[in-house]
Order: sequence, then C-alpha cells, then structure tokens
Amino acid sequence: MTAAANVSTSSKARLPGLAILLVLASVAVMGVLVLFPLFIVFKEAFAKGLPTYLAAIREPDALAAIRLTLLVAAIAVPLNAVFGVAAAWCIAKFEFRGKSFLLTLIDLPFSISPVVSGLVWVLLFGAQGWFGTWLIEHDVKIIFATTGLVLATILVTFPFVARELIPLMQDQGSDEEAAALTLGAGGFTTFWKITIPNIKWALLYGVLLCNARAMGEFGAVSVVSGHIRGLTTTLPLHVEVLYNDYDFVGAFAAASLLASLGLVTLVLKTALEWRHSGELSASRRH
Amino acid sequence: MNFQPHDDTEVTDQSLEISGVSKSFGRFPALKDVSLQAKDKEFLALLGPSGSGKTTLLRVLAGLEQPDAGEVRFAGEDFLALPVRRRRVGMVFQHYALFRHMTVAQNIAFGLSVRPRSERPSKSEIADRVADLLKLVQLDDLGKRFPAQLSGGQRQRVALARALAIEPRMLLLDEPFGALDAQVRRELRRWLRDLHDRAGVTTVFVTHDQEEALDLADRVAIMRDGELIQLGTPNEVYENPADPFVYDFLGAACRMPGVVEGGRLTVAGWESKAPKTAPQGPVEVFFRPDEVAFGPIDGPGLAAEVRAVAQRGPDVRIECVIEGEIFELEAHGPTLPNGVAPGLPLRVKPLRPRVYPLATA
Repeated sequence: MTAAANVSTSSKARLPGLAILLVLASVAVMGVLVLFPLFIVFKEAFAKGLPTYLAAIREPDALAAIRLTLLVAAIAVPLNAVFGVAAAWCIAKFEFRGKSFLLTLIDLPFSISPVVSGLVWVLLFGAQGWFGTWLIEHDVKIIFATTGLVLATILVTFPFVARELIPLMQDQGSDEEAAALTLGAGGFTTFWKITIPNIKWALLYGVLLCNARAMGEFGAVSVVSGHIRGLTTTLPLHVEVLYNDYDFVGAFAAASLLASLGLVTLVLKTALEWRHSGELSASRRH
Repeated sequence: MNFQPHDDTEVTDQSLEISGVSKSFGRFPALKDVSLQAKDKEFLALLGPSGSGKTTLLRVLAGLEQPDAGEVRFAGEDFLALPVRRRRVGMVFQHYALFRHMTVAQNIAFGLSVRPRSERPSKSEIADRVADLLKLVQLDDLGKRFPAQLSGGQRQRVALARALAIEPRMLLLDEPFGALDAQVRRELRRWLRDLHDRAGVTTVFVTHDQEEALDLADRVAIMRDGELIQLGTPNEVYENPADPFVYDFLGAACRMPGVVEGGRLTVAGWESKAPKTAPQGPVEVFFRPDEVAFGPIDGPGLAAEVRAVAQRGPDVRIECVIEGEIFELEAHGPTLPNGVAPGLPLRVKPLRPRVYPLATA
C-alpha cells in the first residue's frame, strides 16, 4: 500500500514543469474551443435584455419546437432504454452465433453520418421511397411528420444505453442470476430483482447520454423534418431556421436552452460518476 | 434437510444417480460419458485439475447446464426434466455470487421470499429463519451489512446460509475454499464438514485441492479431461490410485522407469519381487517420497548419493541423485541412517512401489 503510494507520488512529482505546461495548454484549448463559444451563446441570447430573451422563448413556434423536442425524446429515449437493456442482456449473459455481428450492428449508428441515418427513412418512407406509394394511398405520414423524427432519433441514439450496459454486465457475469434461479426464482423475478438493480445506475447514465443526444440531434432529423415551422422543427432545427432568418436573439435564445440542457446533463453525469462509480462500467469510474 | 426416503426400497440408498452424462461446448467435450452415484447424505468430492469437467458436472446437477446425453436422477426422480428452480438444490458458487445490492439478511431471505404466495412463509417466519441461519453460520450481527463489507470467509458463509435457507435436497459447492487464504481455508473445512453432518444433506463439492478432498469427503471422484477416472473413499483412492495420473495428482510422487519379467521388478539396477498385479514388460514405477527406507550402500535398494539435507521440524528433506536424476525424499528423524550428509552414497528402498504399464503415448 505504502509502496504503491510512494511510486505514484514520486512519478507525479518527477515532471512538474511539463505537467503544468500540459495542463495550461489544455485549459487554453478548452477555453477557446468550449467555454468561449458557450459564453457567446448566452451573451448573444441576452444581447437585447431579458424581456427580449423571454419573448423569443415564449414565441409560439419556439414553444412548439420545445414541445416537439420533448415529445420526440419522450418516445425515443424509453424505447432505446428498453432496446438497450434487451440487447446488452443478450450479449452479456448468453453465448450465441452472430454475437459479434450484433455488436457491430449496435455500433453502426456511431460510425455512420447522422445524415445517412435520416436519409434511410426518406428512402424507405418518402414519397419516392420503397413504401412511399403505399403510405400515400393509406394516408400515413412518416416523413415530414413526428413519426419520422422519432424514427431518425431512435436510430441515431440506439447505441448509447446498450454501449453503457454491455461492459458492466459482462463484468458482472451471470453468476448472480444463476444463484437466483437455484434459489427458486423464475426468469422474470430474477430479471427484476437481480439484473435490473445491478445495472440501474449505469442504465440511468446511458439514458442521460441518450436523452442529451436525442434532444440535441440535428443531422438525422433535419433530413426527415421538412422544416415546417411550428409542426416539424425540433429545437436544434428551430435554431437553424431562426439563424437563417437573421433572428439572432431568437436563434441564440433557443440555443441557450440546448446549451443549458448540455450543462445539466454534464452535472448529472459527473454526479453519477462520483456517487456510483462502482456501479458504472469500468471506463466511467473515477 | 427434511428429505423423505422414497418407497422404492430395492433401489438401495442411492440418492444421486448420474449415468452416461456427456456435454460439449462447441467442439470442446467438457464431459464424456460420466456415470457415478452418491448415497443419501453422502459428502462427495469431485476432484480434478482445471478443465477436467468437474464444475460443468456440478452445473449439470444444478440445472444450469443441460447435458447433451445421459441421465441424472435424484431420489428416483428424473432431475433433467426439472427446471433449475424446481430442483431445490443449494448451490454455493466459487465467487459466492452474493446479490451485491442486498444486505446479508436479504440475501439469505431471497430463496424464501421469491416463493409463490401460497408456499411463502410469513415475513416474521422468514425473519426468524434468517436469524437462525445467521447463528448457524456464526454471523449473528452482520445481517444488515452488504456483501462488499464482508471478508472472503464471511461471504462464503453467507452464501452457504443462503443456499441452506431453501432447505435444499442437495448441496452443491463449487471450489468452496478456492478464494480464501490457507488459514481461513483450514478453519472453514472442519466447520463445513460438521455443518454437513448436522444438516444431513447429500453434498457434492468441487475442488482441485487433493488434500481438501481426501480430508473432507466420504468418497472422492477423480476427473480428468471430462472423464471420471476413479471413484472411491479417500483411503481407497490414495492407497490404490487407478493410474499414474491419479497417483501423481493425489500427492508428491517419484517416478522411475523399470521392467517386470517373471515376477521380478528391476529398477535402476535393483531387482526385487514385483507386486502381484504388476503388468509384464516395460513399466513406470511410482513411490511416495516419504515412503522409502534408507540403508547402507551394501544393502538392497536403489543406489543413491545424497546431495543435500534440510531439517524441517520433525521431517528431514533429503535430496538424492538416483541414476543421474534428482529426487527430493522425505524422512522422519529416527529412520535416517546415522551420519547422512551430502556426498554420502546410500541405498533407497521404496517401501510400497506402484507399478503401471509404460504409457504408449
């Protein structure tokens, strides 16, 4: 114990000059690239005072955008939480053929451009898409409607929960579940009383990241939205629309909401990492 | 614990009957046609090196693995037809598998609290039972702790209490002492045996430690590469190892090539009467390093030269060179010829050599 402590203090103490330089350099980069833009967002949003800011947010189109964003997230995030738990459970607790293929598939939305994730829905359900004629005949609207936004968001945010859970569940193994079964618990009881409590904090963590991305997603929803004001513009799209209209205060006011969401997510995420580090996957531990 | 002997009295008192069980994982055969029986209330050890299939066999008994072929009966009942949760086996996992988000008391109560409502004891009955079990495993005051706050030995006892809570018909222990240090291991060993005797439950435990198996079990099943090599009481297997592998596995062994011809055994130039069961032709001769007699160089035995002598309490470790090979032998003080010292030539006479045909492989 003492030996280990000695080693770590001495190795830390050996390069103070370089370490300080590196820290300063990263602070400078962070300041320019992250903090300064964040500051600008709020500065511009409040450029014409609080009343103008509040008016920009209370404007009907802005309220509609907020409502739509919340609605899309409220559908996409729970669905992805369920998908994520199911996928992680299969992958971590069972051996089967095609497991690595499934893993790759889960990661796919991370590796392809969000625009493509939006475009696939247009190709499937758009007026010229595979099912386009059928949908028009039956008067079902997917593209340029809330359904399309939800589908695009689900696809883009699919990996977050699963990716968070898989390493943790693999780490935990399935001995506890096996023990519960030998003690007479059924599959359902075992899942609810053993599996879920063991992953609850990591699940919350994944849901948090999933939600942040779902609310902030631009590329994929932009393709399927059609930018109909007050109807199919989510908050990020609303920012773009207003900015293109030279309504800077409105654009930045909406952007400040997204930035606040990001900050809240960050605080919650850090709190989770500190309070429940032991119950998150190893890479998240402090 | 409240196991009722079934009425088929002609089936004798076998409680566990495993016949022809095979199991493969992909191409890897983990169990090959394993058959064995355990008597009611017997303490049976599955002993073997890692990868010998002993844990797989235990998991088959628990219902966590389904064998590809074979039959498992318990008290005459087809065990393989029962799902895990209906078998009522108490299993203690190698790393205990305690529920980390539950207290010790909740862990122990789990098996009772998940019973269907009609069979579930009342809350106060469960609490009483948990208190009894905590007392049984000598952890009276630790009910409110979480598993992470316990030592390895304490966790092991919680796992045992949790398994006993469901009044199991059979107790399965996977390397129960594997993760504990030597001191705790020895303490728990006797305690576990006492507990088994009091609970009166058929127990199967898996271990790779031959000393543990020989010390604890009523009978030992020795496994290698998914096969059952030998089954017998600790004394039987130790005195009569079925093959060189078992001999080697059960204790320190010295091994030398020899030849059996016309009832005479020749090893390194020393001729003696061959054991009755010895095969003819080239053989391997085994003896335990402490089952030897030392004699003067003009007497009978293997010609040896002492290289080093080390006193270790009542035992003496004598390093000898026989036929150019170094053997570490052991002796108790009185049997040692006077003046054994490095450089001294002497005769080493194995007292109970075992002779096996030379492996053709």
